[in-house]
Amino acid sequence: MKKMLAAVVSRVLSGVATQKPSSRVLVASCNYSKQATFEIKKCDLYNLEEGPPVTAELTREDGLKYYRLMQTVRRMELKADQLYKQKFIRGFCHLCDGQEACCVGLEAGIRHTDHVITSYRAHGICVTRGIPVRAVLAELTGRRGGCAKGKGGSMHMYAKNFYGGNGIVGAQGQLFEAYNMAALWKLPCVFICENNRYGMGTAVERAAATPDYYKRGSFIPGLRVDGMDILCVREATKFAADYCRSGKGPILMELQTYRYHGHSMSDPGISYRSRQEIQDVRSKSDPIMLLKDKMVNSKLATVEEFKEIDGEVKKEIEDAAQFAITDPEPPLEELGHHIYSSSPPFELRGANQWIKFKSIS
Amino acid sequence: MAAASGLVRRPLRQVSGLLRRRFHRTAPAALQVTVRDAINQGMDEELERDEKVFLLGEEVAQYDGAYKVSRGLWKKYGDKRIIDTPISEMGFAGIAVGAAMAGLRPICEFMTFNFSMQAIDQVINSAAKTYYMSGGRQSVPIVFRGPNGASAGVAAQHSQCFAAWYGHCPGLKVVSPWNSEDAKGLIKSAIRDNNPVVVLENELMYGVPFEFPDAAQSKDFLIPIGKAKIERQGTHVTVVSHSRPVGHCLEAATVLSKEGIECEVINMRTIRPMDIETIEASVVKTNHLVTVEGGWPQFGVGAEICAKIMEGPAFNYLDAPAVRVTGADVPMPYAKILEDNSIPQVKDIIFAIKKTLNI
Repeated sequence: MKKMLAAVVSRVLSGVATQKPSSRVLVASCNYSKQATFEIKKCDLYNLEEGPPVTAELTREDGLKYYRLMQTVRRMELKADQLYKQKFIRGFCHLCDGQEACCVGLEAGIRHTDHVITSYRAHGICVTRGIPVRAVLAELTGRRGGCAKGKGGSMHMYAKNFYGGNGIVGAQGQLFEAYNMAALWKLPCVFICENNRYGMGTAVERAAATPDYYKRGSFIPGLRVDGMDILCVREATKFAADYCRSGKGPILMELQTYRYHGHSMSDPGISYRSRQEIQDVRSKSDPIMLLKDKMVNSKLATVEEFKEIDGEVKKEIEDAAQFAITDPEPPLEELGHHIYSSSPPFELRGANQWIKFKSIS
Repeated sequence: MAAASGLVRRPLRQVSGLLRRRFHRTAPAALQVTVRDAINQGMDEELERDEKVFLLGEEVAQYDGAYKVSRGLWKKYGDKRIIDTPISEMGFAGIAVGAAMAGLRPICEFMTFNFSMQAIDQVINSAAKTYYMSGGRQSVPIVFRGPNGASAGVAAQHSQCFAAWYGHCPGLKVVSPWNSEDAKGLIKSAIRDNNPVVVLENELMYGVPFEFPDAAQSKDFLIPIGKAKIERQGTHVTVVSHSRPVGHCLEAATVLSKEGIECEVINMRTIRPMDIETIEASVVKTNHLVTVEGGWPQFGVGAEICAKIMEGPAFNYLDAPAVRVTGADVPMPYAKILEDNSIPQVKDIIFAIKKTLNI
């Protein structure tokens, strides 16, 4: 009976635009809200008079959207883990499960027309930047349906206003050069550090003279944000984006987050941290769990609705994975394509002078 | 050597049976050492021999090395000799060069040579050129080592071969070991050399075991930098290679031998200074030349070999143009079928050999 009622209510709510007063009464009697306000952790500020707000409003619609997206990223990463172990995915594979609030919160705080670039731990951002899950998984399995036609792999996925996925990172010198020029020319740039406490197998305390990354911009103001709370990330991102858009120049955001997996699939992730630590984070700070609990407790949605979303996401990922392992590999004839842009076709050399590949822009 | 390795691979029963039959020639079962362990041994011995030697790089200490090449060294030598660095190649390469200038003997590990591009100014401008620029005053006894070239499925930014880029620069020595013996002998020579030496290892070779001759087990086993090795004698064609492709050349040679074609396979061991004399002597004998490398064709190692052959006495002995077998002229694609066709395979080597022999 309760289930049926919930089903009716959700159908009613999904037809929000054509809601009639009688339906609203039904809603009221079940105590569902369309919106709620939450207190969020105050950000640590550096060189800033004021920071993001300490409360965040969340509509039911947005909440469910964020939940679905975070669950999609989570499930996709776990599927990638499975596919890697089954040897459908080769080479490097850096998973971001645990860090879902970062990519989903970021996207919630910016516009589609803003430009984003990131490191190799990029699968989550690929999805939030609009690459369909099946195109991400098919890229991981190296098939023609992959978003880079199978030629890039895990670390080299791109989309409109998203410049990858990059394999060579860490260059602290380059980072400080970027800070200098951004500040000098007042470039509207948000520098984000997803601080998951470890650089590969080295804890931040062993690699950083100070682990307060949000202060490392020196002349650039900074925020330290709870990267496990999607609302915190969203509000901080909005604040940072507004700061830049108002012409004040660059700003730094450190998102304190955590990755459940090791650095990559070849790193078990337990030689430099304890299983207990990972378990503690999972049970107390999991970003998906935190959002769900918030929404259930404030009656924005029911546990059943989340279960339904879970089921839908699971199916979506299964379908995408099925595509990713059945789609054919890219054709050999295309090995030489896309060397140059906007250029006439030419021939390039294979393993010896008699093997030639056509190269088309 | 082939017979000995066959001996090792047979089960123990049969080995002891063989031993019984030959009462004078009781050869001990040959020691098998992986390339990884050979490098580890080489570094361990040099660290022990000279306290000025130290190793720095990402994850080399407490993680035992990203590819486990430095396993056990931190435990044995501690923080002062085995140093974990932050992820800052330009920074720590610069620190290493400075240390070398001041009298220490650093081994600077790049997790792969792709990351060395972040630090290449330090390798070339601070290390390679300094002895020359200083008129012979300031030497830089440093070793830059790490895996080079293609691995498996690591895509465009992690698969580049740097043999040609580093081999281009005067002031640098560049070595490229193939098997375990090469790996140990060359790393030890590199560490003892007073010049900047780039050691191009290969990730796919780390786990491959090879027979380790008795001589290689000595703590003073050195392989001279600048000397190639003839891995297989032959009369019909000279096949020159470095690093992992040497193994592919030997495979090709085995296949072709059944057709009556005997390949002389040369393992370069050193890229710079190149041992062109060994290659020339071989070409004078065989009259045909095929070069094999994993790197891109343009301005590559094979191109340099061909140019040098043209400039020397061996040119007159060539019965056909020299042929190069290389990686494909594309950034390394990720998809397996594309990657397989972007690196030189045994079939490509066989094809090239037959073409040059006009078969």
